[in-house]
Amino acid sequence: MLKRLLLLLGLGLALLGPATPLLAKEAPSAAANPEVEKRMMVLAAELRCLVCQNQTIADSHASLAEDLRQQVREMIQQGKTDDEIRDFMTQRYGDFVLYKPPFKAQTALLWIGPALLMALAVGTLIVVLRRRQRLSDDAFDPETDPNLEADERERAPDAHR
Amino acid sequence: MRARLLWPLGIFLVLVVFLAIGLNLNPREVPSPLVGKPAPAFAAPTLAAPDKTLRKEDLLGKVWLLNVWASWCTACREEHPLLVAYSKQGKGTPVIGLNYKDKRDDGMAWLAKFGNPYVDSLFDLDGRIGIEYGVYGVPETFVIDKAGVIRYKHIGPITPEVLRDKIEPLLKKLNA
Repeated sequence: MLKRLLLLLGLGLALLGPATPLLAKEAPSAAANPEVEKRMMVLAAELRCLVCQNQTIADSHASLAEDLRQQVREMIQQGKTDDEIRDFMTQRYGDFVLYKPPFKAQTALLWIGPALLMALAVGTLIVVLRRRQRLSDDAFDPETDPNLEADERERAPDAHR
Repeated sequence: MRARLLWPLGIFLVLVVFLAIGLNLNPREVPSPLVGKPAPAFAAPTLAAPDKTLRKEDLLGKVWLLNVWASWCTACREEHPLLVAYSKQGKGTPVIGLNYKDKRDDGMAWLAKFGNPYVDSLFDLDGRIGIEYGVYGVPETFVIDKAGVIRYKHIGPITPEVLRDKIEPLLKKLNA
């Protein structure tokens, strides 16, 4: 049991080992400060790369994404707050760079839309169920259902009981 | 009964309308928040003369076009003849180039080969001016008015239609 645990631990370390230098290689200019690098990656993961729109700046290898990562890195080193950096990006590239756009008149439908659809669906369900509740039992019997044609009534599974 | 049958058709039509609008939008064209705002300041060497500095203030008082280009950009080659022809007409609107993330020699060679429509080109080696202007797809073209305010931005190559229907009428209005 202990042997197996040690083996697993070793395997885990072996997997972790090469991963760390790989991550560090990406940013040679700020390798000195892992703190800055960490904050930069968190911010970059919130920003959309406009060249390859379905990737974040953190994921993308486009040269613009590299430049913007460098920009974020420098702004962090200058002591800018996260909000200031986000503002810097939206002032130049618009709200579209944010994967989490701010709530305002223009984006209201985006934010409320899903809740609105949900309310509509639940509302419809309630109305339909209420209506059915008021129907007599006959409406659920295929033999007497006025909505079914004669032949459909014949084919109903329990018609000839 | 009839009305109930029409419901799915109605929903379907609404979906078709939404899809038609959505599919006809170009997701590459992200409206720039900079339109209507003062153009970001710059002071950069020009492509032709590394020791000459061109500033935004130098261009105040005239309406001008800022065209972002690079020798590595294939779409720039598409719009280039149009810009060359436009500058030859001499309508009085200077076109300033922004040579974006390019090598000086490559940029110079490109202009020598395909013609130079630019009064001057800013040399933006590390793309800093590009970031200030929210550039994400070369070529891009900005119309900047006498007060130094961005009035229009076009993303991607300029077509004769865009020049005729959008840019030229705007220039006429701004120059009036």
